[in-house]
Amino acid sequence: MGDQAQLLPGTLDLLILKAVSLGPLHGYGVLLRIGQMTGQALLVEQGALYPALFRLVRQGLLKASWGTSENNRRAKFYELTVAGRKRFREETESWNRLATAMSAALASRAEEV
Amino acid sequence: MKLPAYLRSIAAKFFRRAQLASDMNEELHSHIAHRADDLERSGLTHQAAERQARIEFGAYERYREASYEALGGKWIQGFAQDMRLSLRTLRKSPGFLVATVLTLALAIGANAVVFSVLNAFILKPLNVPNPENLYGIWRNADATMYESYPDYIDMRDRNRSFDELIAYTVSEAGLDTGDNPSHVWLMESSGNYFDALGLQPYLGRVFHASDEHGPSSAPYAVLTYAYWQSHFQSDRSIVGRVVRLNKHPYTIVGIGPPDFHGTLLFFNPDVFVPIVNHQQWGDNDLNNRGDRWIFMTLGHLKAGVTPAQAAGDLDRIGTDLAKTYPKYDEKLKSFSLARPSLYGDYVGRPMREFLSGLMLLAGLILLAACANLGSLFAARAADRSREVALRLALGSSRRRILRGLFAEAILISLAGGAVGLAGSVVLLRGLSEWQPISQWPLQLNVNPDAKVYLVALLLAVVSGIIFGAVPVRQVLRANPYEIVKAGSSRRVGRGFAARDVLLVIQIAICAVLVTSSMVAVRGLARSLHEDFGFSVESRLLVDTNLSMAGYKGEQAAAMQRRMIEAVAAIPGVESAALADTLPLGVDSNDTAVFTDNTSDLKPSSAAAECYVYKVSPGYFHAAGTTLLSGRAFTWTDDKDEPPVAIVNREFARRIFGSVEKALGGHFKRRDGTRIQVVGVAEEGKYGSLTEDPQPAFFLSILQAPSNVTTMEVRSDRDQQQLGPAIRARLRNMDAGLPVFIETRLKAMDAFLFGPRMATIALGVLGVMGAMLSITGIFGLAAYSVSKQLRELGIRIALGAKRAEVLQAALARPVRLLAFGSGAGLLLGVLASRVLALIVYQATPRDPLVLAGVVLAMGLLGLLATWIPAQRALSIDPLALLREE
Repeated sequence: MGDQAQLLPGTLDLLILKAVSLGPLHGYGVLLRIGQMTGQALLVEQGALYPALFRLVRQGLLKASWGTSENNRRAKFYELTVAGRKRFREETESWNRLATAMSAALASRAEEV
Repeated sequence: MKLPAYLRSIAAKFFRRAQLASDMNEELHSHIAHRADDLERSGLTHQAAERQARIEFGAYERYREASYEALGGKWIQGFAQDMRLSLRTLRKSPGFLVATVLTLALAIGANAVVFSVLNAFILKPLNVPNPENLYGIWRNADATMYESYPDYIDMRDRNRSFDELIAYTVSEAGLDTGDNPSHVWLMESSGNYFDALGLQPYLGRVFHASDEHGPSSAPYAVLTYAYWQSHFQSDRSIVGRVVRLNKHPYTIVGIGPPDFHGTLLFFNPDVFVPIVNHQQWGDNDLNNRGDRWIFMTLGHLKAGVTPAQAAGDLDRIGTDLAKTYPKYDEKLKSFSLARPSLYGDYVGRPMREFLSGLMLLAGLILLAACANLGSLFAARAADRSREVALRLALGSSRRRILRGLFAEAILISLAGGAVGLAGSVVLLRGLSEWQPISQWPLQLNVNPDAKVYLVALLLAVVSGIIFGAVPVRQVLRANPYEIVKAGSSRRVGRGFAARDVLLVIQIAICAVLVTSSMVAVRGLARSLHEDFGFSVESRLLVDTNLSMAGYKGEQAAAMQRRMIEAVAAIPGVESAALADTLPLGVDSNDTAVFTDNTSDLKPSSAAAECYVYKVSPGYFHAAGTTLLSGRAFTWTDDKDEPPVAIVNREFARRIFGSVEKALGGHFKRRDGTRIQVVGVAEEGKYGSLTEDPQPAFFLSILQAPSNVTTMEVRSDRDQQQLGPAIRARLRNMDAGLPVFIETRLKAMDAFLFGPRMATIALGVLGVMGAMLSITGIFGLAAYSVSKQLRELGIRIALGAKRAEVLQAALARPVRLLAFGSGAGLLLGVLASRVLALIVYQATPRDPLVLAGVVLAMGLLGLLATWIPAQRALSIDPLALLREE
């Protein structure tokens, strides 16, 4: 586990939005998809997912409905609302800006400054 | 954040708690099961997989709680907790609770009542479509809205500013539906009245401009909805029926819209009739340009026209008319626009000023109450300092403690607001049903509406925050270690300073209120014992209008003489006489008079505008007006004799120079008649209680007939018996003549209404102010004694005398009281200048008032410090010292 990166605050929400933007998922599915997408490089404690999911529902970014999973179990599926999709786009853009700026800053050498 | 999603989330949390919990459990367990499935597939045994899945999930309960919190609404829970705690603490001190709630209820109730009246009088518009651009025409020269019919027609047809100009006037008539004739109030309105106001009838039709074809051409009546309900029991078949108004046949064509009471606020007429029929109820000539009898002309301004532009437009027409008809319309040059609902500035301005003043005083009451509660809260916070210290020491945040204190304040303020509002609703209901002036169909509909409730709620919350904020500093500064160490015997130190200031402010405000109310009460008492120039005691008035029973000309004069003789013959009646109008009566007439040597009788050369009364022989004795010299009228002063008059002293002084010169002299009226003065009477009050001496003269009713008369009956008999006797006597003479009987004092309701209301309102506020100062001083005195119990006990043990103990215990509150009262008295005296405008003879420089205020505040102080003083004196030092 030592080579897994710690999550920056606020990034969990964005990861969840990204995961769900590809299609409705139940909670465990969100976890799996985040794992796939990040190449298992990011650590999310499993239970920590749920407060985030409930918060996103409260904020009207996700909506939830009960359904049946591929394992034939009852599970709650989450999908993006219109507001959620919009927020996802905005957050992605601002993340990209930040990431570009950060990497540019970290790559600069003494003579360039 | 999306509000609907948020609300759904909170709603689920609070209203479907059980389902939410089971949902959440199922979801989390489903997660663990899915993980276990995966682990099992990778080769673990079922048990091992489940165990591993649970471990990977992490602290189940913690995440469940966190999820629950993520649903939002944490503050609601905190709030509910605060409220529950506050309710519990308040229940433990019921005395505090009752005192604070009642104090606030009084203050908020007073504000709700005053605001409701203000709302009804000034803020609420007339009940017609688009009331905001409805304006009446105000003539600046003589400060009235009265117009003559020809002028109205000219202004209606020539103005470019109004959509439609309408006119109305108020008169009375006898309505005969076949049996018992009854008295009704007419609103005579121009044909375009309903159409211009945009009103639809409830039933049938209204009359239109097209119904008017010259004088007395439109015998149509529209009943008001209220009159139709009360007098025709909502009988729909009434429409189309012919009734008689003053013996003239009228067809009831329709019923007005519900809740429409005409275009004068609070005045509730019974029947609308076309104004072109005016000659059937009034003596006024429709074609006489100089006869300004139309009560009001008004209309909606055209879109985009400002009141100033409209006034300019009217000035143009007025100047033109003055040029064309110099004999009549000289004064017709300058107009302004005024709100029609309270008769423009005539009633509107004093009403606005008075109500604003009252609102200010009510606001002061609330401020005083807040100061009072603030000091109570500060004292309470000080008493609870140990509890607060303990909570702080145990890790509670200061914010949380303050929130608790505010929750208490808000709870009390809401409870106080609710109680106060309930009380004010009862009061306002009563006020709305009351008919303040018996002769007029006036009803003050001041029932509270949504605006009033909102204001009361707002005041409650704001005052809660204000007095809740007083102890904030105390809590923020509290040092738990010091407080717990020092115990309950802290010295009474600087912490009092803020409270002292609050108390002084509060007492000053209360003293202002007590001063104002005393000034007002004293003013009213004086104005009631004023010399009016006639007697009020032992007089009955009998109003009749012979037109209502169809009398005309000579017939009417003969009937009037028979009526006087019949009433004078009733046992116990000293004298009876007729007058067309009475001084300080509902109606009054004034006219221009000219000196005898004026030949050009145009308005600008008039010597004076005078009140004129047409009276029968015996009037001066019946009315109790003293004749200074000359003679009274006799039955021989009739049509065959040259016209004579009796003038008052002011008239004699102004027109002739002195009483002696007036007697036997002549003056002229507008139409050129020369009138000889045969007597001079004392002055009186004619148009208002506050007027300066006005010139007035009396004519013989035999020479200047009037069908509308009031009989003044002078008798020492019980008025309750005399009234029916007069009524029976007159009914014997003509059963078809409506008769209205009241006492002379009651007839002056209209003039006493303002001062009376002012006095009642100020009196109530004064009493409330006094009560607040009692509770304030009591609170401080009691607190100060209880804080110093130990010190006082030691003093007593060391042999202090009673006076010394009292001084130590109560010197401070008493000093504050004296200081506050002094400041308040000074302010009150200054503020009373405003009162003098409303309440006749209200002068603050009245030694009785000043002494009264000082005495009242002293008594209040004595009353409020009595119990604390007793407590201080009854201290048993031994018991006290043993306790510590």
